[in-house]
Amino acid sequence: MIDYEKLLNNKVKTIPPSGIRKFFDLVSTMSDAISLGVGEPDFHTPWSIREAGIYSLETGKTFYTANAGLMELREEICNYTQRKYNVSYNPKTEVLVTVGGSEAIDLAVRCLISEGDEVLIPEPSFVCYKPCATLANGVAIPIETKEEDNFKLTKEQLKSKITDKTKLLILPYPNNPTGAVMTKKDLEEIAEVLRGTDIMVLSDEIYSELTYTPEGHTCFAAIDGMKERTIVVNGFSKAFAMTGWRLGYALGPEAVIKAMTKVHQYAIMSSPTTSQFAAIEAMKNCDKDVAEMVREYNNRRRYILEGFRSMGLSCFEPLGAFYVFPCIKSLNMTSEEFCQKLLDEEKVAVVPGNAFGESGEGFVRCSYAYSVESIDKALKRIDRFVKKHKQ
Amino acid sequence: MSESTDILKILEQNGPMISKEQIAQMTGKTEEEVASIIAGLEKDNIIVGYKTMINWDVTDTEIVSALIELKITPQRGEGYDKVAERIYKYPQVKSLFLMSGSYDLCVIIDGSSMKEVALFVAQKLAPMDSVISTATHFVLKKYKDDGLIFYSDEKDTRQVITL
Repeated sequence: MIDYEKLLNNKVKTIPPSGIRKFFDLVSTMSDAISLGVGEPDFHTPWSIREAGIYSLETGKTFYTANAGLMELREEICNYTQRKYNVSYNPKTEVLVTVGGSEAIDLAVRCLISEGDEVLIPEPSFVCYKPCATLANGVAIPIETKEEDNFKLTKEQLKSKITDKTKLLILPYPNNPTGAVMTKKDLEEIAEVLRGTDIMVLSDEIYSELTYTPEGHTCFAAIDGMKERTIVVNGFSKAFAMTGWRLGYALGPEAVIKAMTKVHQYAIMSSPTTSQFAAIEAMKNCDKDVAEMVREYNNRRRYILEGFRSMGLSCFEPLGAFYVFPCIKSLNMTSEEFCQKLLDEEKVAVVPGNAFGESGEGFVRCSYAYSVESIDKALKRIDRFVKKHKQ
Repeated sequence: MSESTDILKILEQNGPMISKEQIAQMTGKTEEEVASIIAGLEKDNIIVGYKTMINWDVTDTEIVSALIELKITPQRGEGYDKVAERIYKYPQVKSLFLMSGSYDLCVIIDGSSMKEVALFVAQKLAPMDSVISTATHFVLKKYKDDGLIFYSDEKDTRQVITL
């Protein structure tokens, strides 16, 4: 009998499985539960994008592409980044098309981190950074962002965590799960700390289009002097409602993109061809579709925020992504207890904040990638739950 | 986007089912502000009315729709407006558009039978002095009307929780 526990890679064994797996399995069995637990758009991919994918299949575009991605797509990604964020990249050497933003994150970490290098990870944040750092033999150093700072990374916090082993800073904004954004001014303060160091930055800007401030999103590479140290990760999933197409990209200095392309070439070969053809249409012709979805999200954002606040829960105003992150500390329950009881008593599924790092304890993540009707129904049930437990 | 455009889009998508309180919450205004903006839009005839979209094909009620192309002699001093008015005042006329191209007026008519529609064309539209010719096309099936797909099979198939 083979003892698989002995066979499995030690690093892999140390990575905990997703903390909410059991909870997820439970929700999946409840057919009448309302979920606000989803981290992807409710919109279907705009038809012109789907049609471009279908057409590519009809015309037999079913082969591998260049390792770094179709040149036309890379050019369009550069045009888009220039048009939206005023940063210019060379499509031949500074772009890599990946299998979702997730692959780009994994590659960037693997290509930069050597044994013992420290990776600074503001939390709460998306769940993949820490395991990626661990698998690359790096050391994940969480930085707890705070509600009173609007869940932004402050320069003081950053300074206090920098050591001579610090190799990489993750900048996960707009943020999942908090909905926090970093303004140009905030980013400039971070840049000030980094200037003169060799610390690289992985700026995960997958939610960049979903920014609800009048000034809009600022790409970290657009900050003076930061382009040379930044790998920008973005993708099609959130902005263009293309999660299932699994397509993202990385933009960065030639040497880093070259290294990432090398690993991508061995691990993936090239990103899905159909998705790449569809993505060209997304980059070229879909600004209006995105604007329409953003308008709709923004309405729901205000709606759900007001809903939580009127229950008497303190709720930070999210200015990006499609999540609200209400504080549930006043109910004297842990995040997990809250989620479990809410599911049992009212059949509403939300995600415990501690799934996104310890500093998420005391909060829950609710997605508003749902129709107003569903949000409304869920809010009514949560309201009843809060009233019952808030004596 | 102007504040009234945002409210118009919400109303266009959700219809009269959405309350002013909900609109207020979605736009970050007070209910009174929303009520006053909507009242203004109604008064200015920007909001022309509120309707419910019904797919009559799947009910027991028989409805026959037809699109009728009309060629018209425009009248001195009034162009097409006068004759258009004489046509759109019939309750059977669902929509009426002045068109560019090979004909002038596009009339969309609902009736309870093909015969009823045909008689309406023959007895009411064709005999009008300024009508030169008519061509009637019956609608066989409505797939999409006014932005709404009647037979959509796109459901929410997302996993219940994803991070």
